[in-house]
Amino acid sequence: MGIETPNGFKLDNSGKRVVVDPVTRIEGHMRVEVNVDANNVIRNAVSTGTMWRGIEVILKGRDPRDAWAFTERICGVCTGTHALTSVRAVENALDIKIPENANTIRNIMQLTLQVHDHVVHFYHLHALDWVDVVSALSADPKATSALAQSISDWPLSSPGYFRDLQGRLKKFVESGQLGPFKNGYWGHAAYKLPPEANLMAVAHYLEALDFQKEMVKIHTIYGGKNPHPNWLVGGVPCAINIDGTGAVGAVNMERLNYVSSIIDQMITFTEQVYLPDLQAIGSFYKDWLYGGGLSSTSVMSYGDIPEHANDYSPSSLKMPHGVILNGNLKEVLPIDHKDPAQIQEFVTHSWYKYPDETKGLHPWDGVTEPHYELGPKAKGTRTNIEALDEEAKYSWIKSPRWKGNAVEVGPLARYIIGYAQGKPEFKEPADKLLTDLGVPLTALFSTLGRTAARALECQWAVHQLRYFQDKLMASLKAGDLATANTDKWSPDKWPAEAKGFGFTEAPRGALGHWIKVKAGKIDNYQCIVPTTWNGSPRDPKGNIGAFEAALMDTPLADPEKPLEILRTLHSFDPCLACSTHVMSPDGQDMATVTVR
Amino acid sequence: MPSARAPADSTKPLRGGRRALVLGIGNILWADEGFGVRAVEAFHRDHVLPGDVTVMDGGTQGLYLVNYLEGIDDLLVFDAIDYGLEPGTLKLVRDGEVPKFTGAKKMSLHQTGFQEVLSAAELMGFYPGRLALIGCQPLDLEDWGGPLTQAVAGRIPTAIEAAVAILTEWGYAVGRREAPLAEGEALLGNDIDHAAYERRAETGIGT
Repeated sequence: MGIETPNGFKLDNSGKRVVVDPVTRIEGHMRVEVNVDANNVIRNAVSTGTMWRGIEVILKGRDPRDAWAFTERICGVCTGTHALTSVRAVENALDIKIPENANTIRNIMQLTLQVHDHVVHFYHLHALDWVDVVSALSADPKATSALAQSISDWPLSSPGYFRDLQGRLKKFVESGQLGPFKNGYWGHAAYKLPPEANLMAVAHYLEALDFQKEMVKIHTIYGGKNPHPNWLVGGVPCAINIDGTGAVGAVNMERLNYVSSIIDQMITFTEQVYLPDLQAIGSFYKDWLYGGGLSSTSVMSYGDIPEHANDYSPSSLKMPHGVILNGNLKEVLPIDHKDPAQIQEFVTHSWYKYPDETKGLHPWDGVTEPHYELGPKAKGTRTNIEALDEEAKYSWIKSPRWKGNAVEVGPLARYIIGYAQGKPEFKEPADKLLTDLGVPLTALFSTLGRTAARALECQWAVHQLRYFQDKLMASLKAGDLATANTDKWSPDKWPAEAKGFGFTEAPRGALGHWIKVKAGKIDNYQCIVPTTWNGSPRDPKGNIGAFEAALMDTPLADPEKPLEILRTLHSFDPCLACSTHVMSPDGQDMATVTVR
Repeated sequence: MPSARAPADSTKPLRGGRRALVLGIGNILWADEGFGVRAVEAFHRDHVLPGDVTVMDGGTQGLYLVNYLEGIDDLLVFDAIDYGLEPGTLKLVRDGEVPKFTGAKKMSLHQTGFQEVLSAAELMGFYPGRLALIGCQPLDLEDWGGPLTQAVAGRIPTAIEAAVAILTEWGYAVGRREAPLAEGEALLGNDIDHAAYERRAETGIGT
């Protein structure tokens, strides 16, 4: 039976059902079910997942100044982004202004997180969807060296370097414990790189692992400690004493110079390793342009990285702000986080209850009442679902919509909006990459485009880091050492009731927190995280979300080994299994694939 | 702000140059998932340690925790373990027994288990020489926002005793803390320390 969704996708769930359930031991996380036609092309996609839903319960009645410490625990990777969003929400509610230096340091923290996340995502979570590790064993080190030197000036590129690395890798593989490389679909037909490109990519996998250690030292310096840096309503908890000495206490010149040197290394690594790798890998996959989903029609970015403290208007935000609908790149629509008719969450297909489920709720009025029930067409049992019924409730993720529209968020969305606005810092690098690869603009609307946008954004971000670090130094040298405003620290300076919102662009997309404060305590707190936007189930009108849309019409080389599905979902850098990491005693395959 | 990590100038070799990391991992917001963090928090609250032992709340940092294994010879981890045992069962795992599998088909960074951290450490050439995992079988992982269950919370003192014994065996002098920790010196602050977090859960405010 075929149906057409309001957002333009033809769904047909009559074909063979393929279920990919990454973690079966623990309820939920992320699971997708697709129907393929006789040619193994995806004709229906159903994405479901577990999403954090208890923060309002935990935070109610607590001190708003502590909310960041709780929200930081929602997610192991977006820690700093959640904390930043939280302090912005509280400052918005209580009308607290932060000093310029605090804004600059927060931008440096946030940009560092962006760069770190993008690099780790590309090399350690996503690369193996494109790179065949086992194939790297048969590479010719000399040819690998020639390839590496043809695309970059990065010094680690001699034949001897690649020969040593290949030897190490061989030993690792032969020891029978592939470690991070275990459970790959090695040898799958959807891998297109020659052995030499695979070996080069594996080398950079290890170099990136080593280098990311340096990057996070910026968080330690400005956040006081790591993991879990400190944050502060009213500024940053980071005293600066440029005349001080030693490694402990206030941040001094030696620490500031250290940050500066890490930023230089980040620029070099991004431009000499990450981008050339992206381009090299992309050149072998430029015919594989599936996975665009909503990106060619509906994208959204709240924007981030304010140039000026306390100014979150689009003109101050260096990361693009706005919404594109219906593929109309000529018009970028503004977002109002306060407007009850703009951002709303629906639960028609989510395991929650609303008094009236035809309507959505703005986060200030949000409720989270679980209601788990499977639809009549579901197969299996409540605790062991074999197949979901997507016509009924089928996910723990709510469906956020902007003015009723499903949108994609994340690096590709941001990049498309910046491109549509004609901003040269986004348009020029994208045009150059497209030209170099010899593909049209429409190639951007794909899984590969999403992966490329992340790399291009990383390059933008490292230069922004340089800019803000220089801005901080200039401010300090001019004698402005203020990093926090404590005028309204005491709750007796707050109104009896207040509400506010804070937003950021997390590495994986738009993140918003909404807060209500009453008598000095939190009265309501709601978060909408990026993966809620991208991973949302259908809404009352039947619009499918970004994950589901991106899987549509993708051919699978082998439905038993759906590498293509993982590749596209990974390209979103989803943050579903935010918290559970319980150890299990053996090395069983964590992802299972069932074909029915 | 307090950091449990030893100051940078204490890197001089004390115990034949060996250094230890005591790490608690898990998510405090997900009921028994918080076991590791709550155990290391209590361990730190009650004990004084030599400068070559670092105590860390690793949260759910996943792969990023590999960064803290560099230069570490002896690693002791508290964590929730799914061994399919009775809830609240403690299990001590040593060295090569500590599972090192990783799921390469993970969907996101957050799914990286500690096994992956160990594999990455091995690839990078700083796998710890001695390794001990004090695991506790969880009862409830799905009570989002809930406290540790009694079955798990009640095992924290025993888990800590085991940790003290292992560190002592490894040659690190662990002592009881005489004076209570000053405010601001605890491993977790800003109302997310165990007592403050569960006070809320017990009174049921906001539920």
